[in-house]
Formats: sequence, structure tokens, C-alpha cells
Amino acid sequence: MSAGTPPLSTPPKPQAKALNCPQCGAAITLRALGHAETVVCESCHSILDAKDPNLQILQKFEAVAGEVRPLIPLGTRGKLRGTDYEVIGFQRRGIKVEGISYYWHEYVLFNPYKPIRYLTEYNGHWNDISVCKELPIIQFASANYLGEIYKHFQSSDATTNFVLGEFPWQVRVGEHAAVTEYVKPPRVLSAEKSANEVTWSLGEYMYGADIWKSFNLPGAPPEAVGVYENQPSPVSENVKGIWGAFLAFAIFLVVLMAGFDLVSSKGTAFESTYSLNSGEPKGEASFVTQPFDLEGRTSNVEVATSANVSNSWIYLNYALINQDTGQAWDFGREVSYYYGSDSDGSWSEGNTKDSVVIPSVPAGHYYLRIEPEVDPNHRPISYSVEVRRNVTVPGFFGIAFLALLLPAIAITWRSISFERARWSESDHPPMQIGNME
Amino acid sequence: MTQPVSNCPNCGAKIIFQWSSSVQTVCQYCKSILVRTDIDLKKVGQMADLPPDSSPIQLNTEGIYRNKAFVVGGRILYEFDQGGWNEWHFTMNDGTSGWLSDAQNEYAISFASNAIGLPAADQVKVDQQYNWNNQNYTVSVITPAHYRGVEGELPFQYWDKTDVTFADLRSQTGKFATLDFSDEQPALYLGEFVEFDDLKLKNLRSFEGW
Repeated sequence: MSAGTPPLSTPPKPQAKALNCPQCGAAITLRALGHAETVVCESCHSILDAKDPNLQILQKFEAVAGEVRPLIPLGTRGKLRGTDYEVIGFQRRGIKVEGISYYWHEYVLFNPYKPIRYLTEYNGHWNDISVCKELPIIQFASANYLGEIYKHFQSSDATTNFVLGEFPWQVRVGEHAAVTEYVKPPRVLSAEKSANEVTWSLGEYMYGADIWKSFNLPGAPPEAVGVYENQPSPVSENVKGIWGAFLAFAIFLVVLMAGFDLVSSKGTAFESTYSLNSGEPKGEASFVTQPFDLEGRTSNVEVATSANVSNSWIYLNYALINQDTGQAWDFGREVSYYYGSDSDGSWSEGNTKDSVVIPSVPAGHYYLRIEPEVDPNHRPISYSVEVRRNVTVPGFFGIAFLALLLPAIAITWRSISFERARWSESDHPPMQIGNME
Repeated sequence: MTQPVSNCPNCGAKIIFQWSSSVQTVCQYCKSILVRTDIDLKKVGQMADLPPDSSPIQLNTEGIYRNKAFVVGGRILYEFDQGGWNEWHFTMNDGTSGWLSDAQNEYAISFASNAIGLPAADQVKVDQQYNWNNQNYTVSVITPAHYRGVEGELPFQYWDKTDVTFADLRSQTGKFATLDFSDEQPALYLGEFVEFDDLKLKNLRSFEGW
């Protein structure tokens, strides 16, 4: 690449220097580097000149018991989004929420030509993070970044408590930063603020398996635990889809229903009106109608009754009888209508019309046997009976409708549960039923 | 590139700087934080004292910005308490001179601006907003830095300034600005962040193994 142009200088052999107390040899910890004028040895209490170049940049921290180990060993190379990177640094950072510490791990990724990139891992959830070139616009509890709205998730104070390897800045154990996070799964936008700097970065959720593949790591990644702040919901994508499909199917069903209604050779096979005079003897007054023909293939039959009942009732024992075979369908229908008014206003109950559908009636010659029952003190009642062939039954369509509605509701419910799990870890937890604070 | 190797002065374990410009590393065995001390920071201005760094850009690197070819002719290496960055001075084929800055391989191109009404160093605070040439900028970082080294040709008559304060500003559109408080009168540079690949750079440094 740089033919003819030698490198600026060949890197000299680097020298590293640890800092020890000149008095007792104990390691000295400098916590306010660059600001400290003097430092006191914690072992022998010698006061040392912190401005001495030999003491300039040193810190020693106690390795956490149980040892924090990077899941991706330092020096590992991998390909991330088409670019080769090498893991050069590792740190563990933590926040404290309501007295509980949460820790996550950050890996520094290096490529000599490209900006530094980071990977973070928390409970098996990974994020690929790079520094933003554009600033987001903050609007109340959200951030607008490149035209997309990110919702505020959490503000916390992150502390570095374990470091390993190399960093492009002088990382320190105990270093604090105010971190504010906004999410729009699968992305997370975060601001790290210290006294003289605000750094915005954008993370994109990654699955452990993809990291393992990218860095060619042995074994399997740790299982992801719980729902992470910017983890894409496995169902939210489907929610829109299923409701779209539901809508399309519902429209299809309505069209189908209308189509059936138009196409089917329905028609009135029989119609007649009867009357019962007041005081006429009740019961046992059964009679048969004129025969009528039901045509076409085996289909349904609707028997519709309407009666001029008014604060009264009529009960009709029907039998639809096939003249040829003697096959009979027995059924009883009541028509009643009551109304009035009370302290709550006017009311009504029942209907002057009734209808019943008998499925699967073969073609043939039929008649009806009708046996009316009425209140002994009834006023004159007239009722009409109509027999219709091939009626459209919304019930079947209703079942199809439900069969579609239920999975749509189930998926929506799962999506809502997932989002609740996500946001329960945020500064804005969803309200708990029975725990309205 | 060659990975510099050393030993931990605390426990003697082998230390490898994977990245030759690393400011520091941590001993994997005794957990001491180790810092490179092989550079004399006081000998500013001497080429030999330029510390090894990771910038892929070097003198005579050529590139294209907004359809104009440019060539890098000089550089200033700044250092601050958290690390360092390069300002590469380039000249375009129309004679315009500008700066290509490389901070941890994050690249920005900027040009000196003659905007007036610049704030004084002690007025500038993080998150403060300014508007120049109808563009809003927000202060993202204030860096007290000093010269760590220079090489090549620079557009300054006099550059022996040891301690300087910079304020870097960003915008919602990827624009970039730097306020340079090294002289009595603050200087403003306006530009934008650029992608490494978009600059179509040639004559780059090569890194062994990459």
C-alpha cells in the first residue's frame, strides 16, 4: 500500500513501568491522575510526589475474587459487518440500582484503519457499538437520531471495576460516567457524560451465536437471560403482520359471505299466516301445512316466525317432515315481547320475530306440523311462518373469524408481555396490576 | 505491524502491545496498569520524538474530498491526558489548504473559517450551542492538550505552543467544528466527519498482518 514511502519510524521497543512506593515497595494507586499533587502510600503512608513522571500513570486494582474473564480472549480476531477487528481491551462496568449491582462487559475492537468499535455483553445479550458522528435531538423522554425516535430507557452512573488489555484512552478502575440510554429495538442510543465530554454511541443488538461465528470461538455462547433493553422482540414484527393478515382475511370472509348470499339459490319455499282468536282453546290444536318443495342439493332451511305479540308470548312446536321418507326435524320456538317503563325509564324484552336454521336438509317434498301454545288469557294473536332454503349462516364465518382472531390476540399478548419484561428493567417500568404506586 | 513486546516491571510477565500506539496496557497476571514511558514528551518538534502511532495516514498520502484531489503535507500530533490525535495538513489541487483529523481512526475534514464572534476559552462549556454559517453546533468535548510532535509542512509561522485548549463541536447532521484557543484570538475550523473508505486514500501506511 505504501510502496516507496517508508513508515514514519519503526516503533521502538516499548517500555512499561510499574509504580512502587520508593519507601516500602508497595504498589501505589493514583486515582486522580493529572490532578493529584501528592499521593499517600496506603501501606507505609509515605507521601509521594504525584507529578514525578515516574508516578505519572499508574494504578493497581485488586483483581475481583472469582476472576472476571473475557468471553472473547484478548488478541482474538474476527469479522464484524465486513471489517476485520481484533479484541485489544476488556473492561467490566457496573451500575447500582436500588442497592443491587448489575455488571456488563465491554470489549475494545481495533482495526488500524477504522474507528474503534466496542462489543458489550450483559447476561448473554450482545451489542455492537460505535461512536455517533451525528448528535441526536433530545425531546423530553425521547431522542431523535437521524429521524428515528428512541425512547428513554435508563439513566445511571456507570463505574469501571475491572480492566484488561489496551485502551485508546486511559481507562481507570473506579472511573465514573453518567450514562443515559434510549432504545429503539434492535438499536440503543447512549450518551456517556463526564465533566468535559459527552459521547454519543449507537449500539445494535447481536445474538451470541453471531458473535461466536464472527470471532470463530469454540463452544457455545452463554444463554441470554431475560429480555434486554434493545433486544428485538421475536413477536413484535409479527403483530403488524398478523393483524394485517387478519384484516385481509376478514375482508375476504365478508366478500365470500356476500358472494354466497348472492349466488345461492335461496328462496321462500313456504309462507303462511295464521291467527288465534282470543279465548280459543289452548294446546293440542296442532295442524299441518300445505306441502312444499325443497330443491337443490342438501342444504339448510330457515324457519322464520313472526307474531304480533305485545306483552305476551306464543310458543310453537314445529316439526319439519319429509313427505317421502317420513324423516322429521322437531323443534320448539318461542316468540315473546314485553315492554314497559319503571323508575329507570322505559324497557323492552324479547322480539316479535324469531328464526331458526336447520342444517343439512335434503331436497324433497315437505310439510310442517305446527302446534301453538299461548297464554289462556291471550288476546287475538296472528303469526306468520316462512320457510326459506339456502340461507347464509354468519355462524360459520364467525368461527373462521375467531380462528383468525385468536392467534392475532395471542401474538399481540406475547408482544405486550415481551415489552413489559423489557421496560420493567427501565426507569419507566410498566404499572403492575394491584401495585399502583 | 510488529507488536511491541516488553515485560511487566512489576511481576516480570510478558507484555505484548497488540496495538503499537496503545497508551497503556494491563498486565494479565498481576493486573498492574502499565503505561508506555518510551517517549520523551518534552522534545516537541523533533521528528525523532514522534511517538509510534496507529494512524494509517502519513506524509504524501493522497485522497479525494468532494471530487477534489488532495495530498497530505504535514502533521501535528496532539496529546492530552486521555490519549492523542493527529491533525494532518493537506493541500487540494485548487490550492485550498485544510485539515484531516484522525482521532482513534475517526476522521474529520475541516477548513479554517473566518466566522466572527467566537467565544473565549473560559466561556465554552460542554453542551453549549453555537451557530456559524447557519449551522448549529453543540460542544461535545473540551480538551486541554499540548503538542507532542510535528512533521512536514505546516501553514504556521510559529507553532511553539505547548499547552492549548480545543473545543470540539458536533451537529445533528454530521458536521464538525473545532475551536482552537492556542492563540490570543480563537480560531475556528468547520468541516464534517468523513468515512475512511470515502476518501479513497492512497499511499497509506501498511500494517503488518492487516
